[in-house]
Parts: sequence; structure tokens; C-alpha cells
Amino acid sequence: MNAVPFFRRAGVQAAPWLVPILILIAWELAARTGGLSSRVLPEPLAVVKAAWELIQSGDMWANVKVSAWRALTGFAIGGGIGFVLGLGTGLFKPAEIALDSTVQMIRNIPALAMIPLVILWFGIGEEAKLFLVALGVFFPVYTNTYHGIRSVDADLIEMARSYGLSGFALYRDVILPGALPSILVGVRFAFGLMWVMLIVAETISAQSGIGYMTMNAREFLQTDVVVVGILLYALLGKLADMLAKSIERATLRWHPAYQKGAKP
Amino acid sequence: MTLSYTSYASGNVVLDGDEPEIATREREPVAPAPRERPTDPAVALQGVDKHFGERKVLSNFDFTIERGSFVSIVGRSGCGKSTLLRLIAGLEKATGGVVQRNAAAGANALETRIMFQDARLLPWKSVLQNVMLGLPRSSRDDARATLAEVGLSARENDWPTQLSGGQRQRVALARALVHRPDLLLLDEPLGALDALTRIEMHALIERLWREHRFTALLVTHDVQEAVALGERIVLIEEGKISFDAAIALQRPRLRTAEGFAALEEQVLSRVLRHGAQPS
Repeated sequence: MNAVPFFRRAGVQAAPWLVPILILIAWELAARTGGLSSRVLPEPLAVVKAAWELIQSGDMWANVKVSAWRALTGFAIGGGIGFVLGLGTGLFKPAEIALDSTVQMIRNIPALAMIPLVILWFGIGEEAKLFLVALGVFFPVYTNTYHGIRSVDADLIEMARSYGLSGFALYRDVILPGALPSILVGVRFAFGLMWVMLIVAETISAQSGIGYMTMNAREFLQTDVVVVGILLYALLGKLADMLAKSIERATLRWHPAYQKGAKP
Repeated sequence: MTLSYTSYASGNVVLDGDEPEIATREREPVAPAPRERPTDPAVALQGVDKHFGERKVLSNFDFTIERGSFVSIVGRSGCGKSTLLRLIAGLEKATGGVVQRNAAAGANALETRIMFQDARLLPWKSVLQNVMLGLPRSSRDDARATLAEVGLSARENDWPTQLSGGQRQRVALARALVHRPDLLLLDEPLGALDALTRIEMHALIERLWREHRFTALLVTHDVQEAVALGERIVLIEEGKISFDAAIALQRPRLRTAEGFAALEEQVLSRVLRHGAQPS
């Protein structure tokens, strides 16, 4: 209730925003003094205005919705397959022998190198975008699920077996929770790759979405709209990361790294 | 080997006049002790071999544990005592011979639980959930009562990482006891604890054993611990029993009790002497 700690706390919370705000001010000054051409970068106020117009016309919401749907659907498909396959190879030796080296081989192909092939397969429709997102998301989820299951403490599994746990109960109480920290690292990586793949897919060809919006604006030299699109990606990326973090916080409450004021 | 076997056999039949031989017999690596023969063994090993590749940890090993007794096994690291415990637990398969686990009259199987050197609590389950591992939800009250027995009722909702090493081992003990085991195997459970906590744990284990009357097998390298807890102390050297004696000290055991220090010294000097020999 004291004023001083309040301001101190506010100061601590505001500190990370200091540098971005200074950059914005410098940017605005550079644009106003004419040192920065609006063809290169529009002034921040123009970007805000463009964003406001896009919100009012409903364009922004429509495009964000389409992009978010593509990203999450692609994530669900790629992440789902990666998780199931990672479980398979992590839990069953024959599955590991049969699949893991193949997956690792494919993993080393840059996903973006697949684009010409993907266009040949799916044309430029929705499937191509979903496929690219799913492909990018698949590997981090697969690798971390497999690795997480493999690195569950063998002593804990031995203990649980000696207490009569087997089959699904062993998996639910010991193996999955033990692998979860690693799986969630994979999910966070995947969230990052999800946007990368989506941006690429949408800039190649699209009739809607944030990528379409920015590519369209480029045709008409609307630098301000292009910047709005870039900032939207940044914002959505940040949201995805916050989502991943909150999942971690909710499911890893037991982990020492997530405990506040752990007492000995 | 043959010679020692005959002396064992003759020990049963003609004891009179052979008194001085007892001392020499003890020193030789003879299999089962010349104590009174177990009448109701909870565990019986006959001619058990255990090899890890080329390395023979146990060869032709005979050993029995009387039901309801508390047996301490001591020995240097690598003498085979932990392997013996893991064989009895069923965590390892014997290369040869028979490992018998005899259920008590009227029971289907010998309920066996193990306490490991590390507590092996599941870090993602609360203390109470750890105690309830492998039990239905309806056993919550049982689990709470057992936690109370080890004095940790107040911590039932904490995470294992929030407990000290001794508290974690107490949770592990509760987790084993809530199953009402017939046989409790203790694999150096106190090895990682500090000396004070260890003494507290000795008293706790002793009290719980006297209340529940399960069969207990303690494997340890700490001779004082073996003497403090066991009714019978067995020394294993290079895969063979080289000493096997009953401990007739009163319970609860006090380190100051008459005979405690002498017995501890006797076993310890035996461990040290044999270890000093080049093999």
C-alpha cells in the first residue's frame, strides 16, 4: 500500500518497454525531418492510421481470421502427427527402428525447399498452405516428443512397475508427465515455425490473409499497410508464445522452475 | 568347499565336542548359518547364480529369510548385496537356481515393496498422490493415515521438490507401507541422508516394523545401521555369506546399550580385514 514500492514495481514493469518506445520516437523524428523517405519506411503515425483504417473497414479482422485459422489448422495437423509418431517411436522399439532414421533424414531437408514440389502437388490453394505449415511444425514436435519419452528417468519407471503400474496407467502417470517438459519445448519451437511457414506460404500466393494483404499493398506502394502486416505477424507470434508459456505454467506447476517461493 | 559343507552338516548332527570349531566355521564362506533353521521362510534362495556377462556376482547362493524377521545385509560396494535384493524383488532374473517368494498362509502372493536409495517420488504428483500411486481413489484415507505415521500429514499437498531428503524418504516409506507389504526391501535407503536424519529414520523404521510386523530386508554398507535395525546380520563378501549372526539386543535399540558397540566393532573389523586381503 506504500507509494514507493508501487512506483518501483511499475518501473520494473515499464522498463522492458523503454527501448521500443525510444526507437519509435527516433523513427518518428527521422521521418518528420525528412531523413527517412516514406517509400522506405512510413512514419509511425501513418502506420497507426493505416491500421485504424484497416480495422474500420473490417479488412484486418477478416485477414487475421483467415491467417490464424490456417496457422492453427496446420499446427493441429502437423503437431498431431508429430506427437503420435513421437509417442510411437519413443515407446516402441520396432517403431523407432522402422521410422526414426527416415524421419531424421527428411528433417534435414529445408522445408522451404519443398515449395516448388508443394505447388506442383497442391497448386496454390489452401492445401498447399496447410501442408507447408504442418510440415514445418511436425519436426520440432516429433523430435521433442520422441526425445522426451526416451529421457524419462528409467529409475522412476522401474519404481512404478514395482508398484504394479503398467500399460496405460504407467503411460499416464509416469511417462507422459516425464516427457511433458520436452514436448512443450517442441510446441514452442513449433509455434515459431508455424508463423514462418505461414508467411512464406501466404506471400507466394494467396487471395486472403495477412500475407495477401501485405503483398497487395506492395503492388500499390502502400508501405504503411506492409508495415501493419509485419507488425501483425509480430503480434500473433507473441500471442502464440504467450499461449505456449501459459500452457507450460499450467501443466508444469510441479517443476521447480515454475514454483514461486519454493520452500526447502 | 566340500570341507566346509561337511562341517556344516556335522554341526547339525554331532555338536558335542566340536565347540571350538564354531569360530573357524564362521570365518569360512559357508552358506546358510548354523543358527536354528527357519521354519517359515518368506524368501528362500537355493543355488542361485547371477552373472552379468562374464562377471559372476553370485554363485550357488543359498539364503533364507524367516517371516516377520528383520535381516540386515552388510558388505562393501560391489559385493553383490544389491544384486541379491534386486533378485528377491524380482527386478532381476537369476541366471540359475531358485528364488522362492512364499506367500503367507491364506494369501496369494508375497506383497513386496522396495525403498530405493533415492526416494524416486514422481515430481509431478503431490506428496499424497505419490503415496497413493497404484491405489484406487478410495484409498485416500489410508494414504493420509500412513502419511501421519511418518509424520508428514501437514505436507500432503506439497510437491516432492519442496521436501528435504529425509522427508522424501519418509514419503517413500509411507508409499511402501500403505500397500501393507509382507516383505519390505530397503536398498540403502538412508545412504544419501545426513547422520542426524539417519538416526531419526532408524527409530522410525524400527517403530513401524514393530507395529506392522512385516518381513524386512535391509541392504547397507553402514554397519552401525545394520546393527541398529536388524535382528540378524549377514555379511556378504565376494558373492558369499561370510558371517551370519543373530542380534539379541533389546528394542528399541540404543547406541549406548551394552553389546551394541562390541557387535558393531566385531562386524566392522571383519569387513575391514577381508577387504584388506588381496584377492
